[in-house]
This record gives sequence, C-alpha cells and structure tokens, in this order.
Amino acid sequence: MSAPQTLLDKLWAAHEIMRREDGLSLLWVDRHLVHEGSHHAFAKLAARGLSVAAPQNTVAVVDHYAPTRARSKIADPQIALMIDTLRDNAKRHGLRIFDLEDPAQGIVHVVGPEQGLTLPGLLINCGDSHTSTHGAFGALAFGIGATEVAHVLATQTIWQKKPKAMRITVDGKLGAGVTAKDIALHWIAKLGTGGAQGHAIEYAGSTIQNLSMEGRMTLCNLSIEGGARFGMVAPDEITMAYIKSRPLAPDGDQWKAAQSAWYALHSDSTASFDREIHIDAADIEPTVTWGTSPEQALPISAALPDPTSLSAQKSELAFEALEYMGLRKHQSLAGTPVDQVFIGSCTNGRIEDLRAAAAVIQGRRAKVPGLVSPGSQLVKAQAEREGLDKVFTDAGLEWAASGCSMCVGMNGDLVGSKKRCASSTNRNFKGRQGRGARTHLMSPAMVAAAAVTGEITDVRMLLQDRNS
Amino acid sequence: MAGWQTHNGVASVLPLANIDTDQLIPARFMSVPRSEGYGEYLLHDMRRDGAGALRADFPLNNALRADVLIAGANFGSGSSREAAVYALVDAGYRAVFAPSFGDIFASNAVNNGLLPARIGHEVYRELTSAIVTPRCDVQIDLKNGQAMFDNTQVVFHLDDTWRMKLLNGWDDIDLTQHHAAEIMQFKTNYAQTAPWALPTSAV
Repeated sequence: MSAPQTLLDKLWAAHEIMRREDGLSLLWVDRHLVHEGSHHAFAKLAARGLSVAAPQNTVAVVDHYAPTRARSKIADPQIALMIDTLRDNAKRHGLRIFDLEDPAQGIVHVVGPEQGLTLPGLLINCGDSHTSTHGAFGALAFGIGATEVAHVLATQTIWQKKPKAMRITVDGKLGAGVTAKDIALHWIAKLGTGGAQGHAIEYAGSTIQNLSMEGRMTLCNLSIEGGARFGMVAPDEITMAYIKSRPLAPDGDQWKAAQSAWYALHSDSTASFDREIHIDAADIEPTVTWGTSPEQALPISAALPDPTSLSAQKSELAFEALEYMGLRKHQSLAGTPVDQVFIGSCTNGRIEDLRAAAAVIQGRRAKVPGLVSPGSQLVKAQAEREGLDKVFTDAGLEWAASGCSMCVGMNGDLVGSKKRCASSTNRNFKGRQGRGARTHLMSPAMVAAAAVTGEITDVRMLLQDRNS
Repeated sequence: MAGWQTHNGVASVLPLANIDTDQLIPARFMSVPRSEGYGEYLLHDMRRDGAGALRADFPLNNALRADVLIAGANFGSGSSREAAVYALVDAGYRAVFAPSFGDIFASNAVNNGLLPARIGHEVYRELTSAIVTPRCDVQIDLKNGQAMFDNTQVVFHLDDTWRMKLLNGWDDIDLTQHHAAEIMQFKTNYAQTAPWALPTSAV
C-alpha cells in the first residue's frame, strides 16, 4: 500500500516529468494564461528566436490595461501599445485571445474558470501572483515571473521546488454578513503576510465545503497575501456543478473519465501536513484592513491599535501605516469616513460578489462616488440580466466594463492621493491604487455598506434593517 | 546570464519590513521596454516627492552607489512583477540581505543573477545597528554562504538549487531543452492517463 498523500502530493506527482538530483522538479504545464504584462516574456522569446511550444495550451487575455470606459478609442498611447503588443504576440504565435470586444473578455482569473479552461487536476501558470485563484478547483495553480513565463512559452514546462504542505481547516457556520474574504483577511491577520511563505495551502473543513466556487476562488486568490504561492480546495459536487457545460470543459465520455479522476483529488485521511492551522468560523467577523499590508486587518468592531503596545517590528510598521493612512491609534474602525468605493477585481468581481453588494445597496443611495467593474463581460451581462446594474447606478455608482481596473490602476482607474477608498480588492499596499491612495480592503457587501453610509460600517447593521 | 562567485561592493540599509513589489516599482512604470532600463524607477515613490525630486530624508538617496541592500523581513512580497527585480538590477544591485523574501520575488531574483540572501532576525538587527554610516564595504562569498560587512562576518542562507544557478549562470531554457526526450515521453503517457486535461479547442 502506498504512503498516504496530500492533494499537493497527488497533483505534483501527476505533473512531474523528472526530478533533478538537487530536488528540483520539471513539471508539465496544462494551461498557460498570458496578459499584456507578459510583454517582457514574449520579448525574451523573440530575442532567442523561439516560438510558443504549445499554442493550444496558451490563452491570452486583455485585462491589466483594459479600459473600463470608451473602449473603442483608447486615449493613452502607452496603454494602447500594451494591448496592441499582446494582440501582435497572440497573432504571431497563434494563441486564442480574449480581446476587448470579446463578450467573454474579463480578468484572467475570472475568465479561466468561467470558460472551463480551469479544471481540477490541471497545472495552471500565469504571470500574475493571483493565479492561486484557480486552485479553488483542486488545480496546481501558481503565479510566475517573466523569466518563468518565457520558459513556459518556450517549453510548456516549469522547474519548481515542491513547496511544503499546509492545511487551514475552518469549521462551523459563518455568521451573517461574513464571507470568504473575511476568512482570508482573518487568517492573514493572524499569521502575517509572510505567514505561509514556502507553503502550498489546502483549505479544508466544513466551512470551506459549504462555500460556493466563487467563495473558494476568493479564498484561494488571497493565499499569496499570506505568502503562499499556492492555495487549493479539493474538488467536490459543488466544483463539478460549476464546471459542467462550461464552453471549454470536457464533455461526453471525457466528462465521465474526468469525473472519476477528479473525485480522487483529495488528501488521504491519514496524510500529514508540515503545518496545520484550525479556525473556528464563529470567531470570524466582517474584517477590514486599516494599514498598508493585508495583515493589518481587524474585525469591524475593533479599535485601531496603539503601535507602542505591539512587538518592536509590528510597532514600527503600525506607526508608519497609521501615518500613511491618516488614522489615529485607538480610533474605532467603524465610522471612518471614506471618499470613494470600488467593487471589482479577481478577488471579488464575480456574480455572487455583485449580488451581495447589490443586496445591501438596493433601495439606498450612495453617499460617496464609486466604481463597479465586473470581473468579466459575462459577469457584467449576467448582472444586467438580473437588474443589478440598475441597483448600482440608481444608487449613484458608476457601472463600467471589465478589467483589473482600480485594483492596480494600470488602465488609469486611480484613487487620488490621500483619498480613502473602501475596496473589494486584494492589496492595500502604499500606492497600489494610485500614489498616496488609502485603501481599506473588505468584502463587497462591506464596500456596499461603506458606499451607502459614507463611512466604514458594519454591514450587519444594514442587513438587520433589511430583515425587519 | 553570467554566473558569479564573489562580489565586493558597498552595502546600504533600508530598515523596513514588508517592502512589497508595488513599492519596489509602482505599476505605472511597467509598460516601459526593459531595454530602456528600470533603475530610475526603483522605489520611485519612496525616493522621490510628488514633483519627482529626490527626497533628502530617504536613506538610499544618500547611498545610491550601493550595490548590496539590507532590508527587513518579507522583502518583495506581493505581485509577481519581475520588473521589481529589473529595477534593482538596473540600479546596480547584486544582492539583497533580508530575514525573509516573497517566494515569487526570490525566484525572479535568481533568474536575473540577483542574490536573495536570507539572514536570521538577530543578524539583521546586528547589521542594521552596526551600519550607521552611508557607506559600508561588503564582500560576499556566494559559494560558502558568507559575507563580511565592514568587520561583521555574517552567514546567509540560500536554497542549494538557487546557489548553483547563481554560481553557474544557468539558463533554464537551455537546461530544459536537454530534456526534450523526457518531455516527449511524458506527453505521450499523459495523453493516455489524463485525456480530459488536453485543451478541448484550438484557436
């Protein structure tokens, strides 16, 4: 009988072409997703006179620089050049491209799952750290740098050292208004942004099993904010139901063959992990970041820390963060006025996220301006069928096309200096949403609550109103 | 990429933890072709004020000739942008010493000949308090995992596979092409064992 294996062990073994004496594995890459930012890698390929080894396994998506308004005429020549460069490279190498006019265009980590490009058991690479999102399907998915992107383009393989296995088990029922985003911010606050470095995280437990695919994607997406390049969830009925009938998913006999393979993708009951973390779902509140690192997050009921009460290293960071964010120690997080809101990104731009935000905003007016950019054009169309666009625009928020948008600001959707933004995104780093911008990360429902009150607000108060 | 064994240079200290890749290079500079050089953009928004002038109170501005950086824990966390490494390399840096690194950053660094040298928290504290002048001479012995900062001898850690790669200046694409037969064999087997994994539609 073979030794018990983790999900990571099974996925790794299935893709390992060879292992070098020094322990480095050469892995087969099933899907390689490229975007405008991959221009460095294509340039490396061109410099060596190489072509793409497996064009049919490589898919291009316009997202990082995608304009969210007036798409037909891009005003900024530098942005137009970035998108044209991707088009040229896709054409030269014969790659399928989800271009601006494509009804299925969107953020690469939303498009992949939506199209059935993302499947359990696959190895998926993309030159983007949030590639961990795809692990929600029980895939081995990780972000890579430009040199590695060039390597995958040239060989359809990647050299990688197997990470250590870590399991985060969450059990119990999430409270009202508590989401996958809150689970993620909760564990990152607990373990730190470097807390899972060198590890692949498997999320398990009853709370995770009850999450939708959208929720699992949010959770896996944020793994990198806790330092883990990989996040994953074992596939189950919820996974299969999501994948079935997706345009590029297997069908017929292949679907049956896939099912039996996919249901075997789980950690054996006696498998051991290098590190285990247990979280009680009941301990998680709606969680909001107050500083400039995702680990600087607190439950909405909390007051900001006094830096002098923290450990030496955290203290210095907290002083600096409070100054950058324009906040004071002991100030309560709730009630902090915001200047604007943003709903979107690969973290929280899916239909379930828009529904959750709309449920809070419905029948209310936003007190501050805000932008809603769905994760894909298909999500946008779905939301419009459900009338969610009207909910947002009636409240005074702007409804725009899909892209990475204000999460990273590369397309010009920026937050001004010293402006405070309640945001459903993934990074509150200094300058992430624009130079001097002050970002508070939170769930889409919490962003919606901030929009209608004009301040950071416990969404549960607004949900209570709804129920009475 | 050329391999290297030793490096004699000048160290400077950026005594902050969590220097993420958005700080190493803000996203707005990433559309520039590499051939134009990324050195000017290194830590741009920390180094420069709103008008673009160098800030006198930022430590590295007084030590721009430095080519070895000592920084706090979790250096290079965040985005996978290799441009963060380009900015350091194009500004002349050959090594970063820190208690820990973002996983993707460290891998990108090695792919560009930049040493991500892991040091203990104690060593980090010792170095940051010892180096008070803007100039500190450093000798790095990559093979033996040691460095001498002025008169302070330091042991650093580096994954062995990364050490070999830096020493030899290996190029992964060249290495992989030697394994073409194994890759072909794997593909043949894989098409049998996981036919559902093949892409269902071409262009």
